Amino acid sequence: MKTNTIKMAAILLASTALVAGCGKKKVEALPPVAEGTEYAQPEPAPPAPVNQIVPGSQEDFLQQVGQFGDRILFETDRFNVDAEDQATLQRQAQWLALHPNARITVEGHADERGTRDYNLALGERRANSAKNYLTSIGVDASRIETVSYGKERPSALGSDEQAWAQNRRAVTVTVQ
Amino acid sequence: MTSFSFYRKLASFLLLIVGSQSVMAQTPPPAPATDEPELVEFDTSKTRSIAVPALVAPAPVDTAAGNSAALGRQIAEVISSDLRASGVFETQGPNGLRAIALPEVTAPQFDYWKGRTVEQLVQGFVRVGGDGNLTVGCYLYDVGFGNETTRLGFNVPPREWRRAAHKCADAIYAKLTGELPFFDSRIAYIAETGPKGKRVKRLAIMDSDGANHRFITNGQATALTPRFSPNYKSILYLSYVDGNPRIYVYDIDAGRQRLITQSRNPTFAPRWSPDGQTILYSMAVAGNTDIYKISASGSGTPVKLTTSPSIDVGGSFSPDGRQIVFESDRSGSQQIYVMNADGSNQRRISFGSGRYATPEWSPRADLIAYTRIAGDFRVGTMRPDGSGERLLTDSWQDEAPTWAPNGRVIQFFRTAKGSGKTSIWQVDLTGSNERQLPTPVDGSDPAWGPVLP
Repeated sequence: MKTNTIKMAAILLASTALVAGCGKKKVEALPPVAEGTEYAQPEPAPPAPVNQIVPGSQEDFLQQVGQFGDRILFETDRFNVDAEDQATLQRQAQWLALHPNARITVEGHADERGTRDYNLALGERRANSAKNYLTSIGVDASRIETVSYGKERPSALGSDEQAWAQNRRAVTVTVQ
Repeated sequence: MTSFSFYRKLASFLLLIVGSQSVMAQTPPPAPATDEPELVEFDTSKTRSIAVPALVAPAPVDTAAGNSAALGRQIAEVISSDLRASGVFETQGPNGLRAIALPEVTAPQFDYWKGRTVEQLVQGFVRVGGDGNLTVGCYLYDVGFGNETTRLGFNVPPREWRRAAHKCADAIYAKLTGELPFFDSRIAYIAETGPKGKRVKRLAIMDSDGANHRFITNGQATALTPRFSPNYKSILYLSYVDGNPRIYVYDIDAGRQRLITQSRNPTFAPRWSPDGQTILYSMAVAGNTDIYKISASGSGTPVKLTTSPSIDVGGSFSPDGRQIVFESDRSGSQQIYVMNADGSNQRRISFGSGRYATPEWSPRADLIAYTRIAGDFRVGTMRPDGSGERLLTDSWQDEAPTWAPNGRVIQFFRTAKGSGKTSIWQVDLTGSNERQLPTPVDGSDPAWGPVLP
């Protein structure tokens, strides 16, 4: 309702401007509100103080590897590391090279369409695939732990292809 | 008949049952001897009408579990509920049936029951002995023939009155169906609460009808896949208590647990051998999962049973302990395989469409239950040679079948699409009489134990 009201006001203002037109400065229309926007647009976050992120921390890792740079995704029942995954893991390896004391755990996950025990085994495979690639490009194996959560900890909560694709993953988490 | 002579007559068949080591006073008739893997011997489409009036409590007295008159009614309720839930019987009573006088227990008014279109009649009594224990007498009559077909008696501590009821229901079920009993048994499962993305999973146990429910773990660590030991003294289950998935043996009386094997590798999918001497489990080493066995005593070294570079997981012993059914994706997708207990002679038995998972060998040896994955999960059965495949359920996700101790009913858990909410269900071998088990919160990973001694 609020969205509609604002839109109406915008249209009203715009037509007033047209009618009033004629050499006068146009009344600025309110910026259009995106369709389906339910909530007010959040205030842009103030820039974080530079000294708040500790180098080598999980926050630092997440910032350096970029959005979703902490994880690689897999096809159904697969556990191979493709070119896109390699690029992601290379960024993680670069960060690890910068922080030689940092240690990580790779968490392997499966989507909900597999049975429980098999998914635990599949999560193990995925976590180890990521670990094996990281060690192949120079990360010391002793810095990497693996753990499988099978289908126990979904990241996306739906029961659809999109959610399942997000849940078939290996996520790198720094050990603090 | 005086009460005195009544009890003298009764004493001739009563067996004393001490503490929790209750024993059946009368061995149920054995199942018809047959080598044919017939699915069901009884016709569930033709239910039998059974009346279960409240058990008589002569000279009612208070016990540790309430007044014996109330217990007489409650025991009848449990008998009635067990028989009705089996799907084989239509039951009447105890509600809506008239009270029985003590002499009637051994001399039923058959004409009265015929008038109520009752085919079978269960009567009995509850007496409180000088030691405070209950003596429960249980009689089954064929109303049409006008004769007694089964009688048995139990002496139980008042707190175990439900077991006397289950034993009575088991004897009736066995007598009338020719199947082995299963009501007096327990179930271990995982109690679930919380949102889908942050599920709290606790180890819990209960009677086969959901009564005597008890949470064992507090939910701080995720618990999965419990298995009752054959003697009900301990439970194998997976816990993330140290951050990694590991199988523990939990000692119920002591309230303590230990790892089944000292290894830094993840261990999962535990099972007992039928004699309780061996534990079967799966372990991932450098990402590759294989099946192992180890002595349940905690000593000895693990024996690796599979060696393929694929996922070999799960596993369930045949009732004679000589073979193991397990799942493997060595063919490219999950399928069911059978091997000898030493790992030799591994052969695939599932060849239908879709993937096959979570096989469990029936305690009666004739069938293997499994989860069939073809988009949806369905519970099915096949013979140990892979023939005779039958799907018993049809829902979005029905997973992880576990056999009733008589091998004629299967329990499994059902997951709801979207919400991820879980519930425990059971179905009989015809695929009919599907019903949900009452649990205080959501439930998954049921594991049915044997009939109690």
